[in-house]
Amino acid sequence: MGISIEVNVNGEKRHSEVDARLLLVHYLRDTLGLTGTHVGCDTSNCGACTVLVDGKAVKSCTMLAVQANGAEVKTIEGMAENGELHPLQSSFKEAHGLQCGFCTPGMIMTAANLLERNSNPSEEEIRHALEGNFCRCTGYHNIVKAIQLAAQQLT
Amino acid sequence: MIPSSFAYHKPSTVDEAIQMLQDAGEDAKLLAGGHSLIPAMKLRMNSPSALIDLRGISGLRYIRQEGNAIAIGAASTHHDIIDSNLVQSHLAMMVQAGSQIGDIQVRNMGTIGGSIAHADPAADWPACLIAADASIEMKGPNGTRTVAAEDFFLGLYYTALEEGEIITEVKIPIPAPGTKSSYVKFHQPASRFAIVGCAVMMKSSGGTCQSIRVGFTGVSDMAFRDTDLEDAIRGKELSAANVEAASQVAAAGKDILGDHFASTDYRLHLARVFAARAIHAAS
Amino acid sequence: MASLIGKPVKRVEDKRFITGKGRYTDDIVLPGMVYAYIIRSPYAHARINSIDTSAATAMDGVVAVFTGKDITGITGVPTGWQVNFKNGDTMKEPPHPLIVADKVRHMGDNVAVVIATSKELARDAADMVEVDYEELDAVADAVKAVAAGAPLVHDDVPNNIAFDFELGDKAKTDEMMAKADHITTLEFTNQRIIPNAIEPRCAIGDYNSATDRYTLYTTSQNPHLTRLLMCAFVLGIPEHKVRVVSPDVGGGFGSKIFHYTEEALMIWISQRIGRPVKWNSDRSEAFMTDAHGRDHITKAELGLDSEGNFLALRINTHANLGAYLSTFAPCVPTYLHATLLQGLYTTPAIYIDLTAAFTHTTPVDALRGAGRPEATFLLERIIENAAREIGMDPTELRRKNLIPPFDGVNEPGYQTQVALQYDSGNYEAVLDKALDMFDYKGFRERQKAAKAEGKLLGVGFSTYIEACGIAPSAVVGALGARAGLYESAQVRVQPTGKVSVYTGSHSHGQGHETTFAQIVADKFGINLEDVEVVHGDSEAVAFGMGTYGSRSLAVGGSAIMKSIDKVIQKGAKIAAHKLEANEDDLEFANGAWTVKGTDKSIGFGDIALTAYVPHDYPAGVEPGMDFASFYDPTNFTYPFGAHIAEVEVDKDTGKVKIVRYVAVDDVGNVINPMIVDGQLHGGIAHGIGQALLEGAIYDDDGQLINGSFMDYTMPRADDLPSFEVDRTVTPCPHNPLGVKGAGEAGTIASTPAIVNAVLDALSDYGIKDIKMPLTPERVWRAMQNGK
Repeated sequence: MGISIEVNVNGEKRHSEVDARLLLVHYLRDTLGLTGTHVGCDTSNCGACTVLVDGKAVKSCTMLAVQANGAEVKTIEGMAENGELHPLQSSFKEAHGLQCGFCTPGMIMTAANLLERNSNPSEEEIRHALEGNFCRCTGYHNIVKAIQLAAQQLT
Repeated sequence: MIPSSFAYHKPSTVDEAIQMLQDAGEDAKLLAGGHSLIPAMKLRMNSPSALIDLRGISGLRYIRQEGNAIAIGAASTHHDIIDSNLVQSHLAMMVQAGSQIGDIQVRNMGTIGGSIAHADPAADWPACLIAADASIEMKGPNGTRTVAAEDFFLGLYYTALEEGEIITEVKIPIPAPGTKSSYVKFHQPASRFAIVGCAVMMKSSGGTCQSIRVGFTGVSDMAFRDTDLEDAIRGKELSAANVEAASQVAAAGKDILGDHFASTDYRLHLARVFAARAIHAAS
Repeated sequence: MASLIGKPVKRVEDKRFITGKGRYTDDIVLPGMVYAYIIRSPYAHARINSIDTSAATAMDGVVAVFTGKDITGITGVPTGWQVNFKNGDTMKEPPHPLIVADKVRHMGDNVAVVIATSKELARDAADMVEVDYEELDAVADAVKAVAAGAPLVHDDVPNNIAFDFELGDKAKTDEMMAKADHITTLEFTNQRIIPNAIEPRCAIGDYNSATDRYTLYTTSQNPHLTRLLMCAFVLGIPEHKVRVVSPDVGGGFGSKIFHYTEEALMIWISQRIGRPVKWNSDRSEAFMTDAHGRDHITKAELGLDSEGNFLALRINTHANLGAYLSTFAPCVPTYLHATLLQGLYTTPAIYIDLTAAFTHTTPVDALRGAGRPEATFLLERIIENAAREIGMDPTELRRKNLIPPFDGVNEPGYQTQVALQYDSGNYEAVLDKALDMFDYKGFRERQKAAKAEGKLLGVGFSTYIEACGIAPSAVVGALGARAGLYESAQVRVQPTGKVSVYTGSHSHGQGHETTFAQIVADKFGINLEDVEVVHGDSEAVAFGMGTYGSRSLAVGGSAIMKSIDKVIQKGAKIAAHKLEANEDDLEFANGAWTVKGTDKSIGFGDIALTAYVPHDYPAGVEPGMDFASFYDPTNFTYPFGAHIAEVEVDKDTGKVKIVRYVAVDDVGNVINPMIVDGQLHGGIAHGIGQALLEGAIYDDDGQLINGSFMDYTMPRADDLPSFEVDRTVTPCPHNPLGVKGAGEAGTIASTPAIVNAVLDALSDYGIKDIKMPLTPERVWRAMQNGK
């Protein structure tokens, strides 16, 4: 019943036997203990579970772990490099782009993909890009500011 | 949140996938981007006995010019399509529609083949493919066949795809010079699917509509071509008054959907509004 | 060192959240833990004829299946507030069982629970449980519920009335209303909204039979209250054997205040099976089981004289409480709503008559604002309509009736007609400042120009006042609270001069770890990094009443201030000894005790070390430096503000776009302006959600038909503008920090501002009201039906 998969998660090769129905988010959280990726809904809307799969933002609740076989997955735990926060991480703090923190990892991962596609997005483009990520705390105001700040730092 | 158990198969060719689909029995499902199927499985509204994952098939993910057409491999993601120079230069409406599908995450995973096979009545691609006079190629145990997009969508989640068949390609004729296209959408605010989506491919000259094709989504239980509307504006000057008048026949005679976001008469009204907007945008 | 108070200090808690190191309840995995899946009623009202659990029980990996029949000797979860009938009869308080045994009373009611060794198996086994339901008639609407012949939610609650309630002077109100030159009437529904904190609820019960101790990990805004209610009123287990931990919590907005059935159930199950057990809510369950908010059906009348002075306000409201009384439910429509009907206005006579009804729906309780949004919506909507009806500018009508400024120190507080005494206020100032920021005059010109181009621009106003910092225990006790509403704090100075602060407040996004640390570091003159704030664990924190009603800083912060004072006083005794000075000659500033007028001084760290190494020590002084305090406020705090929204309505579709949003709030003194602004932003968005997007829809059978994010519209980034926020500062006169509270202000103000703006945009159509949420179709239809 187990299917053998090999996934590069945050730069580390992980081999696991998984059930076909295991969602990527449960693989990350339960199998690998990477609990920074969250589950906020069961209809693939809220985006709290967003991770990067081969560099692209993906809702890990809407992908099977077996589909990630051979892929590179980056989670919030892999964003900082050599102890240096990624500019999106530091800008979320700087601009007060988070309150309870639950949506934050997903927001950051989506924003990373946005900035990869568009290094200098307008406010409207940022708001449109966050269509698949819900936040109940911030009213998005400071999330938009944080992403603008990160965009400046990354260019 | 947890799907029922299923068997998982990952073919590497279309033929292998067709064979696996035959072998796996009638409860088997094809898995493309998974962004309609997996959510349904998590809620156990759909519990297939087996999934045949098409993502392992190389050679289904391409966008290229073939003669006078743009060929889009069925496994192309929504982002592949909107990012394609070829699509951008010829098919503005595909870019406009594609960038309004779901969200970044969905556009990264969702595929055009998966979307049209699912045939959600509120999905964006079908309206465009109908307006663009696309054809859909599918392959099954009995070989390959092609169906025009306007004949492909047959009902609620129901298409011309027959048991055992897999969509392999969408082919869109490159519009003649002077042709413009547009897609406008009024979204359902929660799901962001279309309450009304209207795609227009139109050739005009000197401010007069020479030829036009219109596709609608969201309005009825399937995407459809609106020939009444086409007839109402073809040959006319594209003045505000003419467009307004023509748009009044939009979706005429269709069974209009109604729900708590848009009742039938409001949805019909929106179809008219967005028909006019789409025609203006393609003028 | 520079003062930390009033500075936009970056949050100390952020690092763990931006690196994925937060620790939420569902992140916790205990050895041997098993998983619960709760089978929930698909019906609003049905008799359970039988439940067959045999197939599920026989499955590999299934540990147990429990139904309501298995839970004996436990009545259920209680409510924390008692509001008796007008005639003195006792409130109807039917039991809310952990699992129902006989009948389900709302969609989502707990029917059975399956425990298995994995969550996959628990989910699979749940599909094997067969429940035979006999569906019964249901009622979802509060007015219909109290009508003759309505299906009863509880057999022993006649007419589904939990209690009725009145406040204000009825005779005077009737008399003044009779004198009015103009009466504006408004009938409306303040619709039911669903909280949807992004983290779903989760609970882990862990019983240790060797020590006979229980631990509950739960997504709670107030772990101590949960422990108290669960131990004393539900399970009857001794409180000292129970630890409740609320680690990082992913938003609450009120919905995580309450003691839920699942919490007690996990403890009960863990004790029965001898293993830790986790239940984690799916979003679909959250829609059906997190306590909802609002749901009032109201008729209001405002009487005015010929000059536009308010004479009387008369209100009749039906409040929907859902199927059971949730923890705070009785106080929300009464003491958090009726008491705020004075608003910022001098209305001399106010009377409200309210009926609280049971229905076959999810329980309704406090949700961000809790009662105060309902009061503010009522006032600001009816005032807007009155202005239109009498042909007066809405800002002038408001200004004319505003309560004049008072500081609560030299002038007394303002006594309202509805029981409360406001602490301090300068209401015209916020209105003026907001109008100035918005450029109201310029707007009216733009509006005219837009109209000429066929565009519909509108402006909407809202002023508000709220009662926060809940609340003096004696007062709330007299009003039916079954708990005190003080807060506790402990300030422990470590021997090295570092400080641990234990607070009974709970942060689930509000940034207490920063704000409280700013206060402590500032008062002690030490570095922010030298202060650690601990919360959310009943084992670490002596006691607490938790976070809701914008109370943390006003009540929890004040408790901390008391302990800070105790530290400084004790430090002075030690310093006097060390400096060989008289205690009265010392002053404490910048982290040191100094003999006034000299350079003789001793630092905070030295005193801390001396307190723990008391070799050279004053006689009669105890070693150590660790002070607990309880702070019970003397009054509520009363933040206020004025908000202005500008919208554009698409004539063709009815879609509303928010063009600008200006907010001026007065939350008293501000410790961290960055955090306060953030609270405002989130609050405003929540209120906009109610105005334009959100609303639970129940059909006549009591089915929640939009119970998912595919159907229930959450505010997204592209639904909202950036907000322009500013403030005035009118300190609270009765707490040591002069603070009032900021967590709910935005939500309270924004809903009516948006609705008023839409109606202003449509002023040519003669529309009196549009039902919330103002969906494009409703707005379009109103235009069609208008003139």
